[in-house]
Amino acid sequence: MPSVCFYFQVHQPFRLRHYTIFDKTPNYFDDFRNASICRKVANKCYLPTNRLLLDVIRRYEGRFKVAFSLTGVVLEQFQQFCPEVMSTFDALAQTGCVEFLAETYYHSLSFLYARQEFIEQVNMQMQLIQKLFGQTPRVFRNTELIYNNQLAETIEAMGKFDAVITEGADHILGHRNSNFVYRPPNCKNLKLLLKNYSLSDDIAFRFSNRQWNEYPLMANKFASWVNRINGNGQVVNLFMDYETFGEHQWQDTGIFDFMAHLPREVLSHSDNDFKTPSEVADAYPAMDVVDVPHIISWADTERDLSAWLGNAMQSNALHEVYRLEKMVKQTRDDQLLADWRKLQTSDHFYYMCTKYFADGDVHKYFNPYDSPYDSYINYMNVLNNLKARCEQALPGQAPRNSPEAQ
Amino acid sequence: MKVFMLGWEFPPFISGGLGTACHGLTRAMSDLGVEVVFVLPKPFQQTANNHVRMLTPLQVKPQTVTSTQIATSFVQKELKHVTFHAINSALQPYATPQVYQQQIEQLIHQKATQEQFKAISGMDEVCHWLSQEPSTMGQPGHYSGDMYTEVHRYAASAVRLAMQEQFDVIHAHDWMTYPAGIAVAAISGKPLVVHVHSTEYDRSGEHVNPMIYDIERRGMHAARKIIAVSHMTRNIILARYGITGDKVEVVYNGVERNGDASQYNKIGIRSDEKIVLFLGRITMQKGPEYFLMSARKVLEIMDNVKFVMAGSGDMMHRMIEMATQMGIGGKVLFTGFLHGKDVQKVFQMADLYVMPSVSEPFGIAPLEALNYDVPVLISKQSGVAEVLHHVLKVDFWDINEMANKILAVLKYPPLQLTLREHGNFEVRKLRWSDAARKCIKVYQEMTQGG
Repeated sequence: MPSVCFYFQVHQPFRLRHYTIFDKTPNYFDDFRNASICRKVANKCYLPTNRLLLDVIRRYEGRFKVAFSLTGVVLEQFQQFCPEVMSTFDALAQTGCVEFLAETYYHSLSFLYARQEFIEQVNMQMQLIQKLFGQTPRVFRNTELIYNNQLAETIEAMGKFDAVITEGADHILGHRNSNFVYRPPNCKNLKLLLKNYSLSDDIAFRFSNRQWNEYPLMANKFASWVNRINGNGQVVNLFMDYETFGEHQWQDTGIFDFMAHLPREVLSHSDNDFKTPSEVADAYPAMDVVDVPHIISWADTERDLSAWLGNAMQSNALHEVYRLEKMVKQTRDDQLLADWRKLQTSDHFYYMCTKYFADGDVHKYFNPYDSPYDSYINYMNVLNNLKARCEQALPGQAPRNSPEAQ
Repeated sequence: MKVFMLGWEFPPFISGGLGTACHGLTRAMSDLGVEVVFVLPKPFQQTANNHVRMLTPLQVKPQTVTSTQIATSFVQKELKHVTFHAINSALQPYATPQVYQQQIEQLIHQKATQEQFKAISGMDEVCHWLSQEPSTMGQPGHYSGDMYTEVHRYAASAVRLAMQEQFDVIHAHDWMTYPAGIAVAAISGKPLVVHVHSTEYDRSGEHVNPMIYDIERRGMHAARKIIAVSHMTRNIILARYGITGDKVEVVYNGVERNGDASQYNKIGIRSDEKIVLFLGRITMQKGPEYFLMSARKVLEIMDNVKFVMAGSGDMMHRMIEMATQMGIGGKVLFTGFLHGKDVQKVFQMADLYVMPSVSEPFGIAPLEALNYDVPVLISKQSGVAEVLHHVLKVDFWDINEMANKILAVLKYPPLQLTLREHGNFEVRKLRWSDAARKCIKVYQEMTQGG
């Protein structure tokens, strides 16, 4: 009886241009680079995968369903740089088999630093989804699946959501598995959907790995793994970056064929079906309470915040950007506010990560910097300029603390 | 395994990274049980405050001096398996032919008559020196009239020494010792390894000295194997010297741990002032003018910074003038060449070490800076950039970016902190023992393979 629940994350940050301390102009973003990355990924992933999904959805007449979480910043870039992607997402929305999730508009870490700002950003993203796709999201996912009990409480208190999504990390589950619906403590109605990281990563990471003993992964094999859950679970949550299709796993790995054949293989077992996250939340009761007092995420093997908050530069940059909140909002300058918010996108801090830097690892994906140090320097130079603009807009207000701490 | 090693400087007589490299490598080899006979030109002018025992001028005369005598008088405690031989010579690392000429003229003025000098000048072949009566060699006053001649005279002395020794491999460091290496290889039939710490293209840009280039080229072609200190250097060897890739191995330098983190007071510099350090020879190769041009840009934004240029070299006076002309004379301090403890002091005072080299085959100084917990900014045109990740990198010509990065280190403390933390950790992984092991592997391949 397991329901297969797909959710794809779609996000691209507004990457910064090279910005030295000598720069004075308030244009911070590398339009050329952002446009070319956006178009490149659109051609390799977003467009072909959207067309594929559209095709599969039509073929199975409502029996195949997926969900997307689209950040506000990626939607802005689609509109600006590749509107054709927008129309394919719109076509998907029209099928009625596609659900859109809520998250922060700026793919930010605001939940950790500025609670009111966090709520504003969630509302902004929901309004945009409503405007573009005519849907009001009912399920929330936080940036990088960052989650703890408090997040669940905050989300329930917003009164708009049936469920929240996070990582099915072993240490929060204990002897349990991720294939049931759970409930956060201190929440009345909100349900918790947990990512089945093992099966998700089989597609997202291991699919093209020739050293993997299950290589090559075929749709029927994967479906047999799903069938095995029968009796020990109700839902298989397959959550992954959308760029898995065509970008992380290139077309020649056969990832598109895999996806095209998977629905038939899964549906060939009459107990199986596909559900969107809100349908899962409606269909299955919460089996147990999952307590997450400490923050988790879906990143790296640590499943913690260390990819964004692992060194002194990251912590400094994050504190400095959120310290400007009051000042930025006082200026009532929309451009300033938008710039400040784009600087909150988690990718900026991810680029400053020194964890795997010397090994030249995963953090390289579309990273515009040669080193985490370059990234921090650039970010701080931009932030200083933004702060100077605030000070200019608010004459007479002495700056409390400067971001440069010197 | 016994190595006949030809160097040209060794601590404490060092003027640059080569002496440090020779010392580190030799010591690590000694620790690994490899016997090394280390031959180097003996400086003819000794500094008075020198506490290390140097031999009385060695007369390279088999009849009078046995190698054991030499050995007992010149074995350093920590170098168990190393024997030192010093050959009287005016050769100095990093010297240019012009400098050599000046020194020789000075020497002649002091110690020899013009006639004596004339009698031996112009002889530039090793065989000539070999035919000379050994007793006349190594005498003060009998230095050759030009650097090239001296290099060959040095080679002849090395050959005489080699005839008293048993060894398996010859290892020659940089061009001045290549003719000696070739000669010793020819006479002993043992394989030669040349170790390229820098090339004429690094030192002189496109204005290479054809005679030095020729010596380098001959050395590389005569060698069975070539060891390059970086891939950057390897590329130059392949591109400029007509060597095939299978002959060249890359062996990165290491650094010895000297973790004395005690902070010195910033003498003569106010404690609220930041210090940006340049340490190296003030020559074209090291890019001192880019350092000054960046300094001016930094000072446009920030005032409480001092720029320290530690080192000497043929561009020093021009740099002093340049600083004055740019109006930042008061912000740039020239210390001259620093020795031992003073190097340590200046590193410990620095907030940032900058190496803006135009072409740096490796660059040991950044490793030393990291050892002293000083963050490092290096040019991308350096071999050491291949092995260091937790440092800032910049193109040497990009003074805007250099200034931007200097300012970032001075203005954003978390940057300094993170660089220091990770950099100090990373530098510990660069060990001389690994370099020595790689060299030994090269020896073994040569001796077994042929």
